[in-house]
Order: sequence, then structure tokens, then C-alpha cells
Amino acid sequence: MSSIFDKFAPLQEQHTALTALGRSPDQLQFEDIISPTEAMLNGKRTILMGTNNYLGMTFDEGAVNAAIEALKTQGTGTTGSRIANGSYNGHKALEEELAVFYGMRSAILFSTGYQANLGAIAALAGRDDYLLIDADSHASIYDACRLSDAQVIRFRHNDPVNLERKLKRLEGTSGSKLIVVESIYSMLGDMVPLKEFVEIKKKYGAYLLIDEAHSLGVLGQKGRGLCEREGVEGDIDFITGTFSKSIGTVGGFLVSNLPGLGIVRFVSRPYMFTASPPPSVVASARKTLAKIAGATDLRKKLWDNATQLYTGLQQAGFELGPTISPIVAIRLSDPEKAIGLWNGLLDAGVYTNLALPPATPFGWYLLRSSISAAHTTEQIALAIEVCTRIGRELGLITLSNSKRADKTAQQGNGAAQLNGDLQTRPCATSETESAVTPTTDDPAARV
Amino acid sequence: MASSNTPVKTDPETIMLEIKTHLRERAGDNAIIGPDTNITRDLGLDSLAIMDFIFDLEDSFDISIPMERIAEVQTLSDLTKTIAVLQKEAA
Repeated sequence: MSSIFDKFAPLQEQHTALTALGRSPDQLQFEDIISPTEAMLNGKRTILMGTNNYLGMTFDEGAVNAAIEALKTQGTGTTGSRIANGSYNGHKALEEELAVFYGMRSAILFSTGYQANLGAIAALAGRDDYLLIDADSHASIYDACRLSDAQVIRFRHNDPVNLERKLKRLEGTSGSKLIVVESIYSMLGDMVPLKEFVEIKKKYGAYLLIDEAHSLGVLGQKGRGLCEREGVEGDIDFITGTFSKSIGTVGGFLVSNLPGLGIVRFVSRPYMFTASPPPSVVASARKTLAKIAGATDLRKKLWDNATQLYTGLQQAGFELGPTISPIVAIRLSDPEKAIGLWNGLLDAGVYTNLALPPATPFGWYLLRSSISAAHTTEQIALAIEVCTRIGRELGLITLSNSKRADKTAQQGNGAAQLNGDLQTRPCATSETESAVTPTTDDPAARV
Repeated sequence: MASSNTPVKTDPETIMLEIKTHLRERAGDNAIIGPDTNITRDLGLDSLAIMDFIFDLEDSFDISIPMERIAEVQTLSDLTKTIAVLQKEAA
């Protein structure tokens, strides 16, 4: 007799193969969270190197105390959407603080970062409009496209020439054109060539939305992200972001300097038909957001840590993403060795993320780590040492790899060379940052 | 809009021949490719290869193929018709 689950047989097979070699990412259960960088896993003290906790804010005393106070005075939840149940003072205050932080006219709060992209993009791009999205977009952007009535056109990853070609073909059409990019792409840590994209959007009169999920608090003198670092904030139409990374809690937002943003609240289903963020979450987000602009020392420590991890793994002989960033991904082609490395690291007390095709660029198997300002130099050194030892045991790196990497590092342009290597290859991925994506549900697979 | 200096390949036979060329690059010389070939099911191409194939077709025919149009396509014949329609819309 057939089962409603039969269609998932290929995915089940993939999952079984994954667990046969040890653990499965979805089955990991931390018994105790000791700090932003350590937890107990199966009775073992484990260094957390895959939690996107970039500034280590999850245990910030001010944020924790604010959350406790909000819990006591306002309760555990709002029990409904702001459209139906109304707003709490904290919702409005946080929106105003976000607008001030970005120097923009207004902001809209969402319950998660996923919903911010879903709600913003699907609402902004309607029937007769055009969405132009990067091929390596996060799943939330792909899902927003499904929810939107707009025509969706993909361009090759980080390729301004390909984008321009597509905009040129749309000349003469009447609908609005909304380009969607991400500041830092979540799998490899590579960044959008933002200035080039801004020039193109201006040339063709398009709108530009940038998801700063992985760059809020991470890039820019004041932590406003890639737009600030590149000096193009005045040319950006919409920014989306999340509180679940550097802000250390949960929630998402849309900010814009364009007048009239407020109407989005009444056309955005992911805003209207879900419960608003609970008071404790809002209270901790406000406390942490208030610290971001002044967190210069944390940002410096974060980038020092990222450099230590990237160069350490590169010199050991691993193949990494194209540039130093708080996301450091080891690129592997053999699934069994990738799973073996991930399991070996866990056995040694280091937690990272395992990302599998088709959710990864170029069909690579990725051992993805995200660094935090809260990591100590010793923790990172230990992770590099353990990773190198297991990498050698699995035959992933050899001494000749290491020598070549050392030579590259001495030339001082290792990242640039890797970048060149990547950019000459064709782009091919979709719906990133979901470790196991059913191939049958991939839009690209429906041809 | 198609640029004026791009060769226009609007007849179905030419379009299908061009599609086959791009598919052979990915599926190999021994792959059996005909009008009724199901592009994802019959050729062993994963979703990443398919996406790259679509990008190449867009460059080759100087059209953009929206994702919702891709979703309607199953066979080579379907894809040929879709490209012909998109070329006419762009002309």
C-alpha cells in the first residue's frame, strides 16, 4: 500500500546514508549551553563553530535582564498578529530605533528573518512587476518568489554583466523591477559586488533590496553592514535583516527611506497572518541593537578571529571559500569524507555545519563554520589543529597541499587567487542554507 | 527585447537543435535526446546542471526565461515551444 511519504524516498535514502556514518545534523541535541561558544553535547564540552553568533551576544547581561523584565511585566507572548491584536510599545520603539540606526525613514518588524524576506519581497513585487534574483539566493528569497505574483528572473551568482543583460531585455516594459541580493552569501561567505550592482540599478531605474542578514553588526564602522562599508546607503531602496545572528535573538525587519513603506503591512501576508514577536524577544533585540554601533572592539575581534581560522585552515591545505569572512567553509567533493570530517570534529568537541548538494554552490559538500567575536584564540587554534589532524587521517589534505598553501599565503594573495578561480566557473546552485533540500521541490528541477 | 545584431532562431527545428547541443554538453554524446525526452527525468541532470543549462539557453537565444515558465516545461518539445513564445514576446 502506498504512503503519502513515498515521494520522499530519495531524500530518506540520502538521510539514511548520512546517519549510517555517525550522526545526523537534525538529531544533535545540546544538553546545556555554557556560553556563546560552548555547549555540552553527549556529555562532552563542545566548541560551537557553526551558530552565526557573530558578536557573541546571546548571553549579554543587559539583553538577558531586559528580556526577563519584559517577561515579568508583559507576559510570554502577544498571542496574535499586530493587525489583529495591536502593537505593544516595544514593537513601535524597535521599529523607530531600526530606522534611526540605518538613517532611513521607516522600518517594519517581522517575526523572523525568513518572514522578513518572504513578507517584504512578495509584497513589494506584485503582478506586472519583475523580480531579479541571484541564483545563489537564500531559500527565503526563493520562497518569496513563489508567494509573489511577479515574474521571476534569475541572474548568475554575483554577475553584474548577466544582471544588466536581463534588465536590458526588460526595457520598455511597464512594471517595477526589484533586484534582490545578499550582502554575504551564507554558504561560502562571499560578498556581492555591491557598487557595480548599484550602478546598474541606477542605470535601468530598478529598485535594489539587499539582505544584510550576515553583515549586520559585522561590516561597516557602525555595524550597519555592507551598504555602509561600500558607502552606498543612499542608493539602496530596501534593506532586510535578522535578529537571529549578530543580535542574538529572533526576528526580522525591513527598512527603507522611500515614503509610503507602511502600506506593506497591509499587503504582506507573512506580516499579517502570524503572531508578532513576543515582548522578551523585542526587549533583548532593542538592548543589543543599541550596542551595535559602538561595538567596534567586538567587530575587530570578530575579523581577527575570522582571519585566524581562514588562514590556519588554508595553510593546512584545505580548499576554502573565496575570501576571508566570518563564514569559513571547507570545500569537499567526497560525501563520505565530508561526513567523516564533520563527525570526527564532533568526536573531538568541535561543532560545525554540514551542508550538502543541491543546497550548496557547484555541488560541493561543505563543512561550514561561522566565527564569533566571543571565540578565544585558543579555541580557534584547537579547531584548526583538530581539523588538520582529521583532514590528514581522511586523506583530504597532504603535506604537499600544506606546502602549496603556505606558498600561496606567503604571496599574500591566496584569497584573491581562489576568488579568481571561483569566478571563472559557472554558477550553479539554488536555495542555499538548507542542509538537505529535496531535489523534487527545487524550482530549477522542474524543467 | 532581442538585440538587433543577434541571430534570430525562431523556427522550431533550429531552436530544438540548439537546445540539443547544450544538453549534449551536459548529458554526454551517448545520451538519447529527442522531442519527448523529459529533461530532468531522462538525462540524469541535477538541478544545478539544469539551472546552468537554462542560463546558457538565455544567452544563446538572447531571452530571459522566467522561473514560472521553466516550471511548465517537462520535455524538449515543451522547452522549444516556450522559447519560441518568449522570442515572439520579445520581438
